[in-house]
Amino acid sequence: MKFYRSHLLIGIDDSSLQAGVKEFETALRNELAKHNLTDEINILETGTLGYFGTGISMLVYPEQVTYVNLKLEYIPEIVSEHFLKGRIVHKYILDKLSSKYDFNYQGRIVLKNSGVIDPENIEEYIGTGGYEAWEKALLEMKPEEIVAEVKASGLRGRGGAGFPAGLKWSFTQPLAAEQKYLVINADEGEPGTFKDRLIMEGDPHKLMEGIMIASYAIGATKAYIYIRGEYKLCISRLRKAIDQAKEYGLLGKNIFESGFDLDVEIKIGAGAYVCGEETALIESMEGNRGTPRSKPPFPGVKGAWQRPTVVNNVETITNVPAIIKNGAEWFKGFGVEGCTGTKVYTIMGDVSMPGLCEVDMGTELRKIINEFGGGMKNNRKFKAALVGGAAGVFLSEKLLDVKMDFNSLNEYAAVLGSGAILVMNEEVDIVEMLWSVIRFFRHESCGKCSPCSNGNEILYKLINNIRNGEGKEKDLDLMLHIAAVMNDTSFCALGESLLLPVKSAIENFREDFLQRMK
Amino acid sequence: MPIFINGREFELKPGETVLEVALRNDIYIPHLCFHPKTGKAGKCRACIVEVEGRRGLLTSCNLVAEEGMKVVTDSKQVKDAQKIIVDLILSSGHHDCLSCEQNGNCELQDAAYYLGIERPSFDLAPAEIETDNSSEFIFVDRSKCISCGRCVEGCTRTVVNEVLNFANRGFETRISFDNELPMGESTCVQCGECVQLCPVGAIIDSRMIGRGRTWELEKVETVCPYCGVGCKLEMHVDRQKNEIIRVTGVEDSPTNEGMLCVKGRYGFDFVSSQDRITTPLIKENGKFRAADWAEVIPYVGKKLKAIKKEFGSDAIAGLTSAKVTNEENFAFQKFMRSEIGTNNVDHCARL
Amino acid sequence: MYEKILKKYPPDQENLIYILHEIQDSNPQNFVPEEAITVVSEYLKISAAHIHGVLTFYSMFSTAPRGRNVIRLCESPPCFLKGSEKILRKLRDLLQVKIGETTKDGIFTLELCACLGVCGNAPVMMINEDIYADLTEEKVEKIIAEIKGRA
Repeated sequence: MKFYRSHLLIGIDDSSLQAGVKEFETALRNELAKHNLTDEINILETGTLGYFGTGISMLVYPEQVTYVNLKLEYIPEIVSEHFLKGRIVHKYILDKLSSKYDFNYQGRIVLKNSGVIDPENIEEYIGTGGYEAWEKALLEMKPEEIVAEVKASGLRGRGGAGFPAGLKWSFTQPLAAEQKYLVINADEGEPGTFKDRLIMEGDPHKLMEGIMIASYAIGATKAYIYIRGEYKLCISRLRKAIDQAKEYGLLGKNIFESGFDLDVEIKIGAGAYVCGEETALIESMEGNRGTPRSKPPFPGVKGAWQRPTVVNNVETITNVPAIIKNGAEWFKGFGVEGCTGTKVYTIMGDVSMPGLCEVDMGTELRKIINEFGGGMKNNRKFKAALVGGAAGVFLSEKLLDVKMDFNSLNEYAAVLGSGAILVMNEEVDIVEMLWSVIRFFRHESCGKCSPCSNGNEILYKLINNIRNGEGKEKDLDLMLHIAAVMNDTSFCALGESLLLPVKSAIENFREDFLQRMK
Repeated sequence: MPIFINGREFELKPGETVLEVALRNDIYIPHLCFHPKTGKAGKCRACIVEVEGRRGLLTSCNLVAEEGMKVVTDSKQVKDAQKIIVDLILSSGHHDCLSCEQNGNCELQDAAYYLGIERPSFDLAPAEIETDNSSEFIFVDRSKCISCGRCVEGCTRTVVNEVLNFANRGFETRISFDNELPMGESTCVQCGECVQLCPVGAIIDSRMIGRGRTWELEKVETVCPYCGVGCKLEMHVDRQKNEIIRVTGVEDSPTNEGMLCVKGRYGFDFVSSQDRITTPLIKENGKFRAADWAEVIPYVGKKLKAIKKEFGSDAIAGLTSAKVTNEENFAFQKFMRSEIGTNNVDHCARL
Repeated sequence: MYEKILKKYPPDQENLIYILHEIQDSNPQNFVPEEAITVVSEYLKISAAHIHGVLTFYSMFSTAPRGRNVIRLCESPPCFLKGSEKILRKLRDLLQVKIGETTKDGIFTLELCACLGVCGNAPVMMINEDIYADLTEEKVEKIIAEIKGRA
């Protein structure tokens, strides 16, 4: 293997692409060539480096410094100073907060490789020990042993509801069926959530390995990844990952001569939030309007094309290789009792460093915002955090010490949801934010059941009235009542979603609403 | 063990849902999307009940009844939620009972009455009333549609014409004919199954408009006079004017389960036509004159004999009708073959 | 003209959404025309009503002609918090269209959409396949001018 003095990791994601990262990379290569540094300095493309709002970023090893907001004109200076003379160009690296920034991107299990390896190169993934778990699972373990191991690990679904993954598998695993399916829910649509996108962009092979192990465990010879049509970069990276895995004999017929066949196919959505609901997702996969199905029967028994189908979220499945490789006990070392492992959060809004982090389950919200989100931007006062996406809760300052796991948040009548944390400063009017939340659900209601489609419409009218100064205090009670009926009677979780934001906004920030009625 | 509904005991049949048990025993639970033919849809959510030991409210249309289950259909919690659901549905369109053809025959009206909803409480109705009168026999008023999906289900799965489907989503969801064509320009064959299934006044027979409310019309069950299938239908008759106002299929008829074709459902105007022949006619000197059966039967017999004698049996052909019974048709072909001596016999059921 | 697209997929209903995506992407006016519905209906042996239902359910599809560049501005809470309304006003002013309309020159259509999953860089919009993030009014002006210049 060739030895390089330095490795430059350039983050390729939607935002850096837009900032012209490709041009930058070419220019950098030319500049390095000019100084005869091509053999000493290696440039690697990787997934996102985990910083947002920082344009083109580049991480330099072994120094572990990160240049951000890079521009073409900085190249000569950085190359001659840093790569030729070995002097870090401090003015372009993350500012004085940089020690804090190192915490920002705490890749531990699912994000371990993101921003470190080239996601488009299977060999780099293999180099990190990738696909060892797949080999172990297929050659040394029985399907029921894998299910038992995942069950023992306590891994819970990371899509929002937190259903134990091993338990879900255990319903489908023993069924004798001609065909079973594994479906990966990559229809990430919860506002403020982009963790699955970053996992798929940053380390698609880890997802592939998880798919392989899960498929074998439940006896599925066909797996689908249902991904939103908007995630173009993910789609192309996943396609490459599938092709490479096939080439390496990790997918296909008679894998490792075990007699097990597996084929993975990508299904593309076309813009419907409700398709994140597993039965609506299945309808969409079959080429229908994406409206939810009646349960029972559950997909685990009768899912896609009426065959047993396990639907799992991207983040859930990406945890699987590490569990198989290191064992359930190891996994339980992360997180808290009843909520094991880590959780990927996306932090955005009025914080200094919008981004994502992967932390233990049970970490306090205050810590996540202050340490990983860099605290409030411009030292403004904290007002509220919308936790769990649009279907989440508006938490006020006094609720900030809540521990982020499925159980603790339930005590606050909240949900962990998708892991999105939207932080708002003192200037933000909660009426406006709730209006935006309701507008979202009104737009995304599928129209199948009456409480959801009519309820969203009337809530939108009522919040509009309040916003226009025409609301009355009794409208707040009416909104709560309608949201509660929607929660109690809607067909699927979408119609249930508005209760938490409506209730928490009105209860925790009633003053904001009354202001509009004066 | 029986099932308990509101404290009363009822036997249950295998596979029955709670709603079915209740309806069979005359316990009303508001329901708008369920229809025995299109099945459980779980869309309107009005049929919610409480079940002891289960969390929350459950829709009874897709809840399989179990032995020993204790169901409550009229608790405050149930009725409060139903009231909001039905009120919102009522508010979402222009359900003007005063002039609506379905007044007295409307499942939304029944639900509102049961829940004591006098008038819609919310301002959700579209600004404009959107109607479609492009079809000859069927009138569509989208502002009365409650998106229950029965018509879509009926068109797609019962009669398998696949003309109707939902378009758009959310509150904007609407029914659409083919790709949003006016009904009259679509591939619709006007079988009227959607009319039969519509629980409200959104899809109705266009020719019944303004001609009598449901309680003013006498229902007469009969068998369709057209083809040999023998669909059972119900004539809705204005006795005073002696007119048929509309025809519906009989749902519990094993022959047609409420389905009819365009002729059976809409081809009844001949009954009260002025041009209808009510006596046998004999043509003399190029003109018809009225006659009676006593005169006509011997006359026809004489003529047939003469033709047979002069031109042979095969100069005669017989055409009978599918509207008569099989026995009559049998007798007719027997007559043609053995008396006239020809195989030239057919009837009109070659639709 | 749709044969080349159809040939790529076996005639199964599950391929409907793929096919509609491709037809729309290959259309210079970014929509699925009526005649395509008929062709697809015959190929997949599913009703026009079904296809129309699917087309109008998903927000990425259009049954009416659109501009060569479809702007989809995210209106979800994180972008809203970061000023998407201001960006919307700017876009309306620049293009002189309302939401859902196409500019007279046929270059742009302005649409709103739900979360694009780039919330760390809110506010965000997508123009055809490309994401534009960290939007400011000045940036939007530049982007629009640039695309106009190319057209």
